[in-house]
Amino acid sequence: MKVEQISIFLENRAGRLTDVTRVLSQAKVNIRALSLADTSDFGILRLIVTDHERAKQVLKENGFTVGRTSVVAVEVADRPGGLHSILELLSNNQINVEYMYAFVQQTGKDAVMIFRFDRTDQAIELLQNSKIRIIPGDELYNL
Amino acid sequence: MIFDIEKETAPREDLEPLQLSRLRNLVERVNANVPFYRRKFEETGIRPEQVKSLNDLKYLPFTEKQDLRNNYPFGLFAVPKENVVRIHASSGTTGKATVVGYTHRDVRNWAGLMARAFMAAGVNRGDVVHNAYGYGLFTGGLGVHYGAEELGATIVPISGGGTRRQVMLLRDFGPTVLCSTPSYSLFLFEAAQEAGIPFSELPIRVGIFGAEPWSEEMRQDIQSKLGLIALDIYGLSEIMGPGVAMECAAAQKGLHIFEDHFLPEIIDPITGEQLPPGETGELVLTTLTKEAQPLIRYRTRDITSLNYVPCRCGRTHVRMSRIKGRSDDMLIIRGVNVFPSQIEALLLETEGLTPHYQLILDRQGAMDTLEVRVEVDEKLFSDEVRHLQRLEGKIQGNIKEFLGVTAKVKLVEPRSLTRSEGKAKRIIDQRPKV
Repeated sequence: MKVEQISIFLENRAGRLTDVTRVLSQAKVNIRALSLADTSDFGILRLIVTDHERAKQVLKENGFTVGRTSVVAVEVADRPGGLHSILELLSNNQINVEYMYAFVQQTGKDAVMIFRFDRTDQAIELLQNSKIRIIPGDELYNL
Repeated sequence: MIFDIEKETAPREDLEPLQLSRLRNLVERVNANVPFYRRKFEETGIRPEQVKSLNDLKYLPFTEKQDLRNNYPFGLFAVPKENVVRIHASSGTTGKATVVGYTHRDVRNWAGLMARAFMAAGVNRGDVVHNAYGYGLFTGGLGVHYGAEELGATIVPISGGGTRRQVMLLRDFGPTVLCSTPSYSLFLFEAAQEAGIPFSELPIRVGIFGAEPWSEEMRQDIQSKLGLIALDIYGLSEIMGPGVAMECAAAQKGLHIFEDHFLPEIIDPITGEQLPPGETGELVLTTLTKEAQPLIRYRTRDITSLNYVPCRCGRTHVRMSRIKGRSDDMLIIRGVNVFPSQIEALLLETEGLTPHYQLILDRQGAMDTLEVRVEVDEKLFSDEVRHLQRLEGKIQGNIKEFLGVTAKVKLVEPRSLTRSEGKAKRIIDQRPKV
């Protein structure tokens, strides 16, 4: 039920992000979702792509430091309180969100949130038991 | 003003026999009491009784910093442990520090030599000495402290740091003498200006500056800004501490090495051969009177030259030129000795691997700055910002704790650091050259 996310270490200087998109573009890898965390010195670019194996390989070949993390994609009802009810459930069960970002779904009617939990397996179990839909990786990469 | 007229102005024909008898005594003492030296003499095939003239010094083996490390902590002591009253040590990660012990007489001698240094600078009883050298295992603070007390001057043992407080006490206590690193004196000047206290209106008339290399241009700059006479002092913990050599205010041209206690030579750092007077090379010192931890032909790695021309101050002791550089890769950052290998050891300790790194040295205003760039490879990388920031903080904390230097740590991308001829260029020193 997990989704593979790749993360890339970026020095905070002009053109580095462009270098990433160029490499992915040439490798014909499509970006499904992204989030950029930054500090004054460096940034971490997190990506969900159509082919993470290939993306990782070409980025490494081009000298980038690339990491891989398992994250969870959760369908969130597109109405007031939709996200809140999920976060409340997690919080009541002492599951911590390390970070999260939104996934833009063109066709679906619901929003998708990408979560990185401190206890991923427990989080998945909890969400499933609570009938919250988790979108599997294969589905997400090919949406 | 000369503290010990008899010794400091002794004609060379009196000084040299004294040096020789002390040298012969020294060689016998270390041969009898320090197994390290006994072995070295055996290996070199020299017997103590063969030392018959000062010229025979060149047949004795060198002592290197590594020898002190190898014998850490007390392996080079020449007296029983109970006769050691003080222990100092240089910075260094565990096991790499160099330790030096002092007997009661060593500490008294040191105080006397520092008193000589003060007098050479025109300082005497009635002067108030603001001592901004660090106190502790570092020899600077306590060396200056005991010397000022020996002289009978008033000492303000403020130590390093706390610049705003330093400025307040400069104003309130009215010191006449400032002891610090040269760069810190300029830092104090700027801080005083910010606090609205013009340095030129303070009663300080002499600055005794050491622990880092500085240039004649920097001297001129300090003198004109701070309104004082800026003098160079030299010392190293392995030999004693500050007060091994001191520039006299009368000539301001070279530092008198107190030759009745330290026997200097200049060698070619590559071949180890002695060089004639006047030539530039590595300073080698032999301690003639040290009891607890005497050293024979210690290679200081400092590059200088010796001038035997009589000085107009009246002292007969040889003068060394200001330090021109180092014959090894040691860096001096804000008065602290740092070897790149020490930083490498700390990086290794921090995450258990040897990352590629680079040290960028620069100067902001009067202060040295150190930036440590560390390449982030897959083993170090995390997709969470706080993990990487914690890593930066950990490296920074270790450098501060073990080396006493505040560094900025910057994580950079792999292969972003210059590699020249397949070997990484570890140090980029952008500081103005001495």
